[in-house]
Amino acid sequence: MRPYVSAPMTELPTLTHLQRLEAEAIHVMREVVAEAERPVMLYSMGKDSAVMLHVARKAFYPSPPPFPLLHVDTTWKFKAMYELRDRAAAEAGMDLLVHRNLEAQERGINPFDHGPLHTDMWKTEGLKQALDQYGFDAAFGGARRDEEKSRAKERIFSFRTASHGWDPKNQRPELWNLYNARKRKGESIRVFPLSNWTELDIWQYIHLEGIEIVPLYFSAPRPTVEREGMLLMVDDDRFPLAPGEEPVMRSIRFRTLGCYPLTGAVESEAATLPEVIQEMLLTTTSERQGRAIDKDEGGAGMEVKKQQGYF
Amino acid sequence: MADTANTPAYESDALIAQDIDAYLEAHQHKTMLRFITCGSVDDGKSTLIGRLLYDSKMIFEDQLAALESDSRRIGTQGQEIDFALLVDGLAAEREQGITIDVAYRFFSTEKRKFIVADCPGHEQYTRNMVTGASTADLAVILVDARKGVLVQTRRHSFLCHQLGIRSVVLAVNKMDLVGYDRAVFERIVADYRDFAATIGIENFTAIPISGFKGDNITAAPSANTPWYDGPSLIDHLESVEVLSAADAGKPFRMPVQWVNRPDLDFRGFSGLIASGTIASGDAVRVLPSGRTSSVASVVTFDGDLDRAIAGQSVTLTLADEIDCSRGNVIAAADDPPQVADQFEATVVWLADEDLHVGRGYWLKLATQTVSATVQEPKYRIDVNTMERLAAKTLSLNDIGVAEVFADKPLVFEPYATNRTLGGFILIDKATNATVAAGMLHFSLRRSQNVHWQATDITREHHAALKNQTPRVLWFTGLSGSGKSTIANEVEKQLALMNRHTFLLDGDNVRHGLNKDLGFTEADRIENIRRIGEVAKLMADAGLIVLTAFISPFRAERQMVRDMLAENEFIEIFVDTPLEVAEARDVKGLYRKAREGKLKNFTGIDSPYEPPENPDIVVNTVDMTPEEAAQYIIRRILPLK
Repeated sequence: MRPYVSAPMTELPTLTHLQRLEAEAIHVMREVVAEAERPVMLYSMGKDSAVMLHVARKAFYPSPPPFPLLHVDTTWKFKAMYELRDRAAAEAGMDLLVHRNLEAQERGINPFDHGPLHTDMWKTEGLKQALDQYGFDAAFGGARRDEEKSRAKERIFSFRTASHGWDPKNQRPELWNLYNARKRKGESIRVFPLSNWTELDIWQYIHLEGIEIVPLYFSAPRPTVEREGMLLMVDDDRFPLAPGEEPVMRSIRFRTLGCYPLTGAVESEAATLPEVIQEMLLTTTSERQGRAIDKDEGGAGMEVKKQQGYF
Repeated sequence: MADTANTPAYESDALIAQDIDAYLEAHQHKTMLRFITCGSVDDGKSTLIGRLLYDSKMIFEDQLAALESDSRRIGTQGQEIDFALLVDGLAAEREQGITIDVAYRFFSTEKRKFIVADCPGHEQYTRNMVTGASTADLAVILVDARKGVLVQTRRHSFLCHQLGIRSVVLAVNKMDLVGYDRAVFERIVADYRDFAATIGIENFTAIPISGFKGDNITAAPSANTPWYDGPSLIDHLESVEVLSAADAGKPFRMPVQWVNRPDLDFRGFSGLIASGTIASGDAVRVLPSGRTSSVASVVTFDGDLDRAIAGQSVTLTLADEIDCSRGNVIAAADDPPQVADQFEATVVWLADEDLHVGRGYWLKLATQTVSATVQEPKYRIDVNTMERLAAKTLSLNDIGVAEVFADKPLVFEPYATNRTLGGFILIDKATNATVAAGMLHFSLRRSQNVHWQATDITREHHAALKNQTPRVLWFTGLSGSGKSTIANEVEKQLALMNRHTFLLDGDNVRHGLNKDLGFTEADRIENIRRIGEVAKLMADAGLIVLTAFISPFRAERQMVRDMLAENEFIEIFVDTPLEVAEARDVKGLYRKAREGKLKNFTGIDSPYEPPENPDIVVNTVDMTPEEAAQYIIRRILPLK
């Protein structure tokens, strides 16, 4: 963010909403580093992760962020995401840990044949395994309260039992900017420094700060097929095509990024950041709709997943 | 839906479509206001928030489709959209049709981004409202025009005022249901004004609205209220001064969160500026030490700043190498905050388990964490009548005034002056739960006038003269478990080894030092505190102290451990099962307790919390007292 330039004492400027959100996220990250024993930052290569990593670099400058990045890999992310991942970690001067659930790998769990089991084994179980294996007691995540109904009540410091369970009725009250990071051995905290950001704030911040994001957010001609009303990109030859089916080149982009066979694209001509923001502001479909995950288990999909330990 | 059309307050689709760069430029300069909405169950609070989100286009098509179908299925507005359904969250509450926790909502207009703390108006009201109000610049108090100022209205206003909110909006809602009658509105405003004056609310802004129909939400006056000449709700929210702007005009304070030390050449102090402004060259004082220096640079990732203001997270480097670490506060050298360890405070109890008067809790204030005790409340406040009531303790959702004693000096300011340096939380040492929130009023004079007298013969001298390492051997266990017998045996064996010891025994202490104490929980806590202090003095004098007390609560044993030097406290758990102790019943107490003649007896009608990580465990089933004593001595040697 542009540094604040000196002004006469009599007319102090009011901080902008992005300056305040950034300052709050920095404050949260520093509290975790001061109070947790082994923090880690979950890094998914999405736009929220990109913002979170950028804010972390600001929080500890001139030191590099004093924790590693952790990517819980499913082996099914877009190729372009893997490319950005390694470069972003190196630029920040941080260690990058990549964890894959070996059992899921051995059983060949994949999004085409296994449906919800894919997310459960690779992501939910994979995350638990990684946190246990390295003994991380605090994990930063890029979730926002505006994303989904059950997130609106999530604390910034969210406690998980030793078995990674989340009890929505037993969360600690969070007052002022005082965070209680005390926990018993085995318990851990998920920390959401971007809780109070909206999708528009994220985009504006990326724009203002010139943060590099995966090119898939920008429109380009890409090979696609249609499945159950979703436009999917054929990112590699693992994508099973029906007999005679040919991928169609369409001008598409993604509003959210995950495993490529589960992430719906939108047809778009928005090829620059301002155009993407313009489209986002004029659009009428909410962000997570491109993902299949929220619709499981009736209306309360995300809440059920979180109780089971999904981030 | 007739009057939800675009109004000037909201994003203009035309500008977005025609010149996105101009739009982005304009929106980068938005400020942010956080507010809380308070109302009881039927005041239309969720409908109002749903309306604000709807009008600012924070509802997308798919959400709207879900809303429309939900409205028909479980809504309460017939075929019309039930905005309230937009703002519920967790599955449990959707079924019950109530809001059970604070939820945060976001919307923005041309001028501001808003964060709304949506607080429920029923049972857990105090806890949730206090949480929501703690970060709010402004409160919107909703009143149903048909019902007027209710008990809940008073309660909400009182709590907002306690939390330091000085901008209050009285939103008289459901004006459509009273025919937009001016007289109704004015009567409610007059009632509220009378009440507000009694709790210290000096001014407020009253707006007649209909959350359901949209009157005076984004534009005023609505066609239905031509008699109203004030601002619309949004106009008002867009123009109120935000707190961080007010804080910038106060003296400089920055609690240090983290010392930034990438290499030997750089040492910076990172923190969020709580108040004031700072520039390189400014003279600063580090508290509590009081040492002074000046700011060498204000460091950020984007380059050094000429000046930074309240609300910014920065890293300061100082011109001199002075001690400064997490928990310290860097402040204006000529106008520093106070340092004290005893305070009067308002305490809001947030936990199911009552306050234990005298028990040590962790107190976190800004970046400082100390051990603190709360004294018996001076009074608690009935939030419905504002009456001051006598209280022995505080229970869930109680709000009271009490003295708070910290075990180390805290850098602080009165909450009314500075939320960051005056607001604190209390944390249960055993469960780590956040059990209370507090607001400091002032320090007690005695903490300013009582100082430590430095003595020349130190505890190290005392210990060296006795040629031993002081220890406190803390025996804990049920009545009749064998604590006194084993402790006595240990002391005998230590005496044979020429060690200087002293045995403090439970029954003996109650004949003298603690004869004014009974067996209630509060008295048992005070009993242990005094014994801890005596043991500490004796350890300072160089002695090996043995204590034999049931000491049933983990928190009090931890309190004593915290009083002493590191590794000095040795917790010895005499792990004799209840059946065995009860069968022995040396003093006949178990029989009396079972017959109901003795109340609060540990193990019978009062709990015993066994140590989780005792330093030493012995029992009297597998070991004789002599064997247990020898085992303990082997474990604590060498004592030099």
